[in-house]
Amino acid sequence: MATYLEFIQQNEERDGVRFSWNVWPSSRLEATRMVVPLACLLTPLKERLDLPPVQYEPVLCSRQTCKAVLNPLCQVDYRAKLWACNFCFQRNQFPPAYAGISEINQPAELMPQFSTIEYIVQRGSPTPLIFLYVVDTCLEEEDLQALKESLQMSLSLLPPEALVGLITFGRMVQVHELSCEGISKSYVFRGTKDLTAKQIQDMLGLTRPVVPVQQGRPLQPQEQPPISSRFLQPIHKIDMNLTDLLGELQRDPWPVTQGKRPLRSTGVALSIAVGLLEGTFPNTGARIMLFTGGPPTQGPGMVVGDELKTPIRSWHDIEKDNARFMKKATKHYEILANRTAANGHCIDIYACALDQTGLLEMKCCANLTGGHMVMGDSFNTSLFKQTFQRVFSKDFNGEFRMAFGATLEVKTSRELKISGAIGPCVSLNAKGPCVSENELGIGGTCQWKICSLDPSSTLAIYFEVVNQHNAPIPQGGRGAAQFVTQYQHSSTQRRIRVTTIARNWADAQSQLQHIEAAFDQEAAAVLMARLGVYRAESEEGPDVLRWLDRQLIRLCQKFGQYNKDDPNSFRLSDSFSLYPQFMFHLRRSPFLQVFNNSPDESSYYRHHFARQDLTQSLIMIQPILYSYSFSGPPEPVLLDSSSILADRILLMDTFFQIVIYLGETIAQWQKAGYQDMPEYENFKHLLQAPLDDAQEILQTRFPMPRYINTEHGGSQARFLLSKVNPSQTHNNLYAWGQESGSPILTDDVSLQVFMDHLKKLAVSSAS
Amino acid sequence: MSVNQQAHTGLPYGQPQPGYQGYQQSGYGGQQMPGVHHSQYGAYNGPLPGYQQPAPPQGTLRAPPTSGAPLPTSGAPVPAGQPVYSQFGQGDVQNGIATSAVQMQRPSASQPFIPGTAPTPVSQPATFQQYGPPPTSAQQLTNHMAGMQIGSSTSAPPPAGLGYGPPTSVPPTSGSFTATGSGLYTSYSSSQGPPPVTMTHGLPPTSLSQGLSLAQPAFSGPPLSAQRLPQAPGFVPPPCSTGIGPSSYPPTTGAPRPSTMQGSQLPGQALTGLPTSQPNHVSSPPPHPSMSGPAMTGLQGPPPPTHPSQSGYQMQQNGSFGQVRGPQPNYGGAYPGTPNYGSQPAPPPPPKRLDPDSIPSPIQVIEDDRNNRGSEPFITGVRGQVPPLVTTNFLVKDQGNASPRYIRCTSYNIPCTSDMAKQSQVPLAAVIKPLAMLPTDETPPYLVDHGEPGPIRCNRCKAYMCPFMQFIEGGRRFQCCFCSCVTEVPPHYFQHLDHTGKRVDFYDRPELSLGSYEFLATVSYCKNNKFPNPPAFIFMIDVSYNAVKSGLVRLICEELKSLLDYMPREGNMEESAIRVGFVTYNKVLHFYNVKSSLAQPQMMVVSDVADMFVPLLDGFLVNVNESRTVIVSLLDQIPEMFADTRETETVFAPVIQAGMEALKAAECAGKLFIFHTSLPIAEAPGKLKNRDDRKLINTDKEKTLFQPQTSFYSNLAKDCVAQGCCVDLFLFPNQYLDVATLGVVPYQTGGTIYKYAYFQLETDQERFLNDLRKDVQKEVGFDAVMRVRTSTGIRATDFFGAFYMSNTTDVELAGLDCDKTITVEFRHDDKLSEDSGALLQCALLYTNCAGQRRLRIHNLSLNCCTQLADLYRNCETDTLINFLAKFAYRGVLNNPVKTVRDTLINQCAQILACYRKNCASPSSAGQLILPECMKLLPVYLNCVLKSDVLQPGAEVTTDDRAYIRQLVSSMDVAETNVFFYPRLLPLTKVDVDSDTLPAAIRNSEERLSKGDMYLLENGLNIFVWVGVNVQQGLIQNLFGVSSFNHISSTLNTLPVLENPFSKRVRSIIDMFQAQRSRYMKLIIVKQEDKLEMLFKHFLVEDKSMSGGASYVDFLCHMHKEIRQLLS
Repeated sequence: MATYLEFIQQNEERDGVRFSWNVWPSSRLEATRMVVPLACLLTPLKERLDLPPVQYEPVLCSRQTCKAVLNPLCQVDYRAKLWACNFCFQRNQFPPAYAGISEINQPAELMPQFSTIEYIVQRGSPTPLIFLYVVDTCLEEEDLQALKESLQMSLSLLPPEALVGLITFGRMVQVHELSCEGISKSYVFRGTKDLTAKQIQDMLGLTRPVVPVQQGRPLQPQEQPPISSRFLQPIHKIDMNLTDLLGELQRDPWPVTQGKRPLRSTGVALSIAVGLLEGTFPNTGARIMLFTGGPPTQGPGMVVGDELKTPIRSWHDIEKDNARFMKKATKHYEILANRTAANGHCIDIYACALDQTGLLEMKCCANLTGGHMVMGDSFNTSLFKQTFQRVFSKDFNGEFRMAFGATLEVKTSRELKISGAIGPCVSLNAKGPCVSENELGIGGTCQWKICSLDPSSTLAIYFEVVNQHNAPIPQGGRGAAQFVTQYQHSSTQRRIRVTTIARNWADAQSQLQHIEAAFDQEAAAVLMARLGVYRAESEEGPDVLRWLDRQLIRLCQKFGQYNKDDPNSFRLSDSFSLYPQFMFHLRRSPFLQVFNNSPDESSYYRHHFARQDLTQSLIMIQPILYSYSFSGPPEPVLLDSSSILADRILLMDTFFQIVIYLGETIAQWQKAGYQDMPEYENFKHLLQAPLDDAQEILQTRFPMPRYINTEHGGSQARFLLSKVNPSQTHNNLYAWGQESGSPILTDDVSLQVFMDHLKKLAVSSAS
Repeated sequence: MSVNQQAHTGLPYGQPQPGYQGYQQSGYGGQQMPGVHHSQYGAYNGPLPGYQQPAPPQGTLRAPPTSGAPLPTSGAPVPAGQPVYSQFGQGDVQNGIATSAVQMQRPSASQPFIPGTAPTPVSQPATFQQYGPPPTSAQQLTNHMAGMQIGSSTSAPPPAGLGYGPPTSVPPTSGSFTATGSGLYTSYSSSQGPPPVTMTHGLPPTSLSQGLSLAQPAFSGPPLSAQRLPQAPGFVPPPCSTGIGPSSYPPTTGAPRPSTMQGSQLPGQALTGLPTSQPNHVSSPPPHPSMSGPAMTGLQGPPPPTHPSQSGYQMQQNGSFGQVRGPQPNYGGAYPGTPNYGSQPAPPPPPKRLDPDSIPSPIQVIEDDRNNRGSEPFITGVRGQVPPLVTTNFLVKDQGNASPRYIRCTSYNIPCTSDMAKQSQVPLAAVIKPLAMLPTDETPPYLVDHGEPGPIRCNRCKAYMCPFMQFIEGGRRFQCCFCSCVTEVPPHYFQHLDHTGKRVDFYDRPELSLGSYEFLATVSYCKNNKFPNPPAFIFMIDVSYNAVKSGLVRLICEELKSLLDYMPREGNMEESAIRVGFVTYNKVLHFYNVKSSLAQPQMMVVSDVADMFVPLLDGFLVNVNESRTVIVSLLDQIPEMFADTRETETVFAPVIQAGMEALKAAECAGKLFIFHTSLPIAEAPGKLKNRDDRKLINTDKEKTLFQPQTSFYSNLAKDCVAQGCCVDLFLFPNQYLDVATLGVVPYQTGGTIYKYAYFQLETDQERFLNDLRKDVQKEVGFDAVMRVRTSTGIRATDFFGAFYMSNTTDVELAGLDCDKTITVEFRHDDKLSEDSGALLQCALLYTNCAGQRRLRIHNLSLNCCTQLADLYRNCETDTLINFLAKFAYRGVLNNPVKTVRDTLINQCAQILACYRKNCASPSSAGQLILPECMKLLPVYLNCVLKSDVLQPGAEVTTDDRAYIRQLVSSMDVAETNVFFYPRLLPLTKVDVDSDTLPAAIRNSEERLSKGDMYLLENGLNIFVWVGVNVQQGLIQNLFGVSSFNHISSTLNTLPVLENPFSKRVRSIIDMFQAQRSRYMKLIIVKQEDKLEMLFKHFLVEDKSMSGGASYVDFLCHMHKEIRQLLS
């Protein structure tokens, strides 16, 4: 364990956990003075090639309030066949099956390398996965056709036992019965009326009717097929039917007059989908996949009226409190999302339209249930098609990269308490001794439900050190946390993944260096960013920025080395050096800045930011910029306007966009067609290199990024120009005309100015 | 006898009834005494002839008074009796006369015939005379006398009053009656003597005498005798009358009838007693004047005997009114009673019984009209012409007024002032059937296109160009015939006038020369200024458990497959423009997408019945030919899909909403055909509960049974009308389903309800399918607005029928088919002038089945009068009854049924009293005098009063009543006529070789013979009644079974047998079926079988099980009412 960097990396590899602090301040007071909270990013289902699941039940601590899982940190008395819980110190008998254990014959969960272990448990009968397509039919013919094809294609990707259902909507909502011969049958609902789950189930005939007792006719309930079977059928049975049905889908037939939006009943459609699953398959893994091509324009959850002359709400409208449908719609979708989450189902939103589609209002559906959110311009784009296809991608075991109905429980040793979590989850409101009163994110609980997750889903979990200053922890004492994730694997198995970690305590007064050295600035940046974004959802943007700034200044004051009131003397140690820069870019990021973004886009960005793992999150905060030139192999360069040079090709990855930018000269060369001349084959290779790299990123990322190929002066270059640090602008004329990059026309502060101010403020004795 | 018994059961009028019963019984007793009968008959005949006589109105009228006069005279001789007479005289004289006439008749029958030459129905007097002269009459008299004596002897013991009440008492009463009768007879002869004289004096003798005779029989003793008579001898006389008839009588069956004949000749006068008069006439060859003469002679003849007889006569008269009390014990006593009559009209209704044959007979009237007016076309050119009766087959030639097939009025002569109208109480109403089907030999209305600017209309009142518009200033302007406003003639319409002021193109333009025609409407006559889309039919089928189990669903689906090819089409179009849609439902609704491009139909279930909507637009309403394969596939699958349904609950309101919404979405008008089986109890708007409560009958809350349970349906109906969505409802209930509520929407949207209680595939299939076919195929207009404009002075104030009105003038009809009528009542708002008369213009704006917007215009000109007599001479009783029935049936919604009945009786009494007071020449108060053209008013009114709605029997369900109530509200005159007074034909008299129908007979059990079979038809049902003694051969021929006992009473069709009788009967039934808008249910009734009760319900002249009065009783009651009004 050479450096903390390696330690951190190793830990992440093994456990999918990144802590902001890897040595923990041992008292509450000290911990609060650290500015960045003790927290971690947890990727519960991080893919582990080297982790074969064990086929038995975990052993639990017998204390009712604890129930921690046996783990390598537990003290074991092999002779007495006892083990002591490392969280509550309860001594537990091993179960009979463990009679044969000894130091040399240890079960896997006691081996140190299995700090993360996965159990496969047999509970109840396995229920097939459920996919319920909710399809908007108010689309352009071309779009609808593309969507239909995608859907038909997806049928072949689904596991054959999976149950599928189809709901289409436009002005009306149709729930299609899938097992009909001779006549296709659907239940139709008005798109303007909100229905309770009970009503929906009644109307769909899902509640078993009170069978009238016919005289002389004994009741034979057995002969009735499961009531839900009409709407959700195993794919292998109705493959053809459904394919035909999808093929026959027509655009919404109701006329749309000039100057109107089509009437789209997204709110009701979702409500029905939720109600349908709620009534038939509660607490089984199910995906509601909503495909929508525009904003909901009627009924509950409507986001905009059908008059085209009234544009859909913008941030400006929202600030002016001028978005008349927003609150109501948001509420509608929130209620739906919570119901869905309570049932363990998830909602995916695939929104493809040039205008906004109401993601702002609907975001909670995906956010709270762990569903996907995909935003595109059209269903007839590779962005959508490939993204959608990737939903059904399989891992190296040939299993779907999706899991359902997970609950994450966090257990901590006594010095720690849990403040909350931020991620695609909802609280299960499980109070316990380790739940803190101070909430950060979704708090007040030690259990969360994550209705759907994939190997990259990452939660931020925030802790609070509760150990009092006057009760020092003995030297060498370690704090521990255990993450227990129970979920339904895509193979329909129930599995439990247990991760147990421990970190050293340190006295922040005497051993601040240790703590400082064990700071994980990347994790800290992401954790702080999540907090900031979480706040931004409910607070005014400037407030959040101010809060971030203050935190940053306080951190610098705490960990910087400087002389009072001498900005030039300010220094930060290596483990903190990048942090301000992250904060700089975070401040400029679309997660906190709404300028130039529609509310939908902001929601989309924030949605992904709140669920991606650390690496991806960092890319989102501070995009990566690679430079390709004849002067050497591709290299990462500063995300700075000075990196934009004429003889370079730049490749920027912002997570959401991949931008390839040809410098001025390169672009001219390309126009001149040099790449086609055999003597300039190296130029051709140069041009090709970023394309190949981009392709690689595109292949792996979900959702698929927008791919932008542009050049100096191109309109799309704005994607790059808006991201780079504006070190050269029209304001600092000294750089004007020099060969040091390309000026950005902006009034935004550059990193340098930012840092100058930061130093000034950090060293100021006034603050 | 049985009849009498029945009569006993119900005693609507209390006293009178017992009396009647008594009479009947007595009559029976009397029957034994042939002489008595004869005399009675005579009496009846007498009155009847009196009716006929109307021609010589004054004379007859006076006759009574004259009789009165004689009475006093007679009184002189017999003090006690005289007073009585005098009183009677007024009322009774007639009776006396009548009786005498009766007597006369018989004898006359034989003898009179010989003399029978007398063409003019001079009136009673004549009859008397006849009697007088012929020895036979004398004999009769003697016979009568004998009878009387017998009767008297018997009667003596029981007081008349007693006799009336209980049946037991009857015998005595009968005795008394006979006695009275006999006495009367004698008296008649005597009295007759005098009256005739008066008669002769009588100015319009006919009417008077008739009236007198009628009235008297009803009330006074004579009737009693008369009743007896009718049974046996009564029939005999008729031939006599016929013999007499040659003049006018011949056609009429009974002597009484002849009177009607005469009546027809002398419209206003038609009163009772004609028969008698007829005989008289017969006897007295000379015409009216001569009549008087003969009367005199007749009188003279009798007088000798009379003196004694006079007393007797008086007695009789007394008897007629008061005899019951006083007379019975002694004639003298009877007389005292008579004073009572004078003073107290109420007590008068004495037990005496009328001879049913002597009172106005609907059959007779119908026959007469048919014979007189059926042969030549009815030409509408003349203003205020009363058309032939609805029962008459006649050809109409439109020469400027609308055919009576389109419009019939209660009166064709309107009082000039509202005071007159109020005084007469005759409702002024028109029954309008704007889209009536015409017989093939009449031309349908021509289509007129006035081009882009639309039809020419009056600038002010917006009346449409019609034959009554007056062109002036050389044709440059025209003056409106309704409001007198002068309007420029648009240049394109200008035409020169000829020397008579008529436009030169008069005969080229239907709107100038015809009473009915159509305009092509322009776009400004269309909703939203857009030409309408072709209408649509939506079939909405209940697929709940009951409907599926009974096989109904399968039946409908099968039928629709072929029926869809027969939807109405416009003119010569190749295929119907109407689009169709399909919905099935139980607790939820299933819509079907049957777009032609689909490989298979799509079903869309809408469970949200609380907030109904249409789930699809494209593919729901389709062209049949384009989507045929999909439709057929759907109709094949529907029965299969629901074969295993267990859903028993249904919704209803959402179904209508769905249909309406569908039409709205398709922006067209249309019609919903809903096939529904049960009370909609499923949770949904318009959910109903079972509120049937027979205990409410005859309480103040009875009206709630007719009111809808909830206002929801009224509102729904309003919406439907706004959309032009007409609802036809086919009901198949197994229990109460609240027709009163379910019917609201069909009713207000101009739709039709069909009801098949306890539907069974085998028995009801044919009826249902025929109804369905007819309903789908019949011509219908959509989204219609009707407005009736009238010339200044009157104004349409009230409307009856199946429609909706959002304001006071426009009748809005979502749909209007060729069978629907709208009855409009007019009231004065100013004076009318005799010169200009009154004009009606009914304009109906509608969308025809091809989606073309049209205006149908009917014009009718009426006369106006300053004399009430003119009014009464130009009334149409059938139309009047149509109006009164509708008025009453609407009344039950808001008033207790009893009140409604009383109102009806009262109004009619006022009508008749007004006539008596103002038009009839003075006569004794005891006389019932009826205007000729209203002489059937009492019998028909009685039928209305006895109908299920106003007087339900125990077996009539609440649903039935509500059903009938709505049904009648949109019936035309012909339908109400046969509905209230069913047609009864003796099948055994059918001539298998000719197309003519046997003469109908009156609806009374007395007329049925055990050895005959009868067919009764009322527009809803056809009964075939089989007497127990019918020849086996006939039974074999008709039913294919060997004997009476083998006839199955569950038959609902006649077996198809290859013999002339069977063929002929079936063809008659088929013909009747074709005449009616609904397919009638055929019921075989065996005499003395349990179904006979049902059948007897339709013998409307008899006392009904539910307490309805017999005709005779009612007539008496009516007379009493009139007398009360007059006194």
